[in-house]
Amino acid sequence: MRELDVREITQAVKRLSMEANYFLGDDQVKALKESLEKEESPVGKSVLNQIVENQEIARTEKMAICQDTGFTVVFMDLGQEVHLVGGDLTEAINEGVRQGYTEGYLRKSIVKDPLRRVNTGDNTPAVVHLRIVPGDKVNITVAPKGGGSENMSEVQMLKPADGPEGVKNFVIDRVRRSGGNPCPPIIVGVGIGGTFEMAALIAKKALLRKLGQFNPDPYYAEMEKELLREINKLGIGPMGLGGRVTALGVFIEYHPCHIASLPIAVNIQCHAARHKSVVI
Amino acid sequence: MSEKKIATPLTDDVVKTLRVGDTVYISGIIYTARDAAHKRLVDLLDAGKDLPVDVKGQIIYYVGPAPAPPGKPIGSAGPTTSYRMNPYAPALIEQGLKGMIGKGEMGEGVVNAMKKHCAVYFAATGGAAALLAKSVKRAEIVAYEDLGAEAIRRLEVENLPVIVAQDCHGGNIYKEGVEKYRIAS
Repeated sequence: MRELDVREITQAVKRLSMEANYFLGDDQVKALKESLEKEESPVGKSVLNQIVENQEIARTEKMAICQDTGFTVVFMDLGQEVHLVGGDLTEAINEGVRQGYTEGYLRKSIVKDPLRRVNTGDNTPAVVHLRIVPGDKVNITVAPKGGGSENMSEVQMLKPADGPEGVKNFVIDRVRRSGGNPCPPIIVGVGIGGTFEMAALIAKKALLRKLGQFNPDPYYAEMEKELLREINKLGIGPMGLGGRVTALGVFIEYHPCHIASLPIAVNIQCHAARHKSVVI
Repeated sequence: MSEKKIATPLTDDVVKTLRVGDTVYISGIIYTARDAAHKRLVDLLDAGKDLPVDVKGQIIYYVGPAPAPPGKPIGSAGPTTSYRMNPYAPALIEQGLKGMIGKGEMGEGVVNAMKKHCAVYFAATGGAAALLAKSVKRAEIVAYEDLGAEAIRRLEVENLPVIVAQDCHGGNIYKEGVEKYRIAS
């Protein structure tokens, strides 16, 4: 049994919260630069240029890429050989968020109660997805998620008879109806199967993939490419102002499901696709 | 589609020259407000009370900025999604508000008010928040400090880059632009 002080987890979450908000991933920067060559709309090009310049300013000056520094979503794979000591794990994660968002000049965007809406003042609590896995390591990913793109996300329970066409139509229609609201060029996370909540979770998890990677199953990889082509025909373009580049990638994850069901979830991610990971 | 420089406060004559697709650089004083502040403003109007800020001729920027790091007037400050202000914007336009800055399309009620009272809606680039913050030279909270990032701020801006997205003539880039680049499948 390996002992691990939860204060190490606090430190990791603090650092990752800040780094995720300042430094856009290399895959994302590369995709944005490549999209400049594909974009035909002059307005679209000028928007993409601003987005590329913005992430450079954020990186150099250690400023938030976007003022919406998100709901702090934490994915944690906890090795079953790890014995956590020194305090409560959830509180340790929240303390990392508290310190990262306060010391990092990140916006506090969480209200304590969805209807009475008083800000918690420190961006806590995080949403934590904890999985117990073999081994003696802890894998932590911090993925701040902005409200604008989250608001354009949706789960629907299709019928098995709807099949792949029903799934594709739902994804494309969800993107079409979102227009410029989620800050295109977007990344589209798609969760197919599982239960109601599992579909949403795997759609979110899909967003952690690097741009340029496809589902290892050729059937779903082909569907990802087809969906990306169709989405980029919609004309929505950067910030919805019209153009060729509406999405940079479509990531599908699937899960076994009930004989009666075909759940589908679309989790939309803005162009500031922020996530950073560490293994302790 | 042309490039224009404008200064606040705005007059109807200036608003009328702004057309969908124009790139506009805004200088002068603008105000920030998003969901929570809008609700309070409209509640005041409903109660027949005065607003804490006179919106006549002014522009409201839909933004909740990140905290200012040391040595900077403001933290990252990009636009938030505008449709959430659909229930509130018409009442403020009736009070003489001349412009809004946000991202994403605004609804029919807002468009009607914009046409009737001569107002314009600008799109700033969502997520270009560190870049947009560079145009902000001064920032001070003028109302609802308890709302934190959602407080109403008075910003002094220099050449804030925006695009005319929906104009007072009924032009709408979210329809015209998308139609132009849509490929039928």
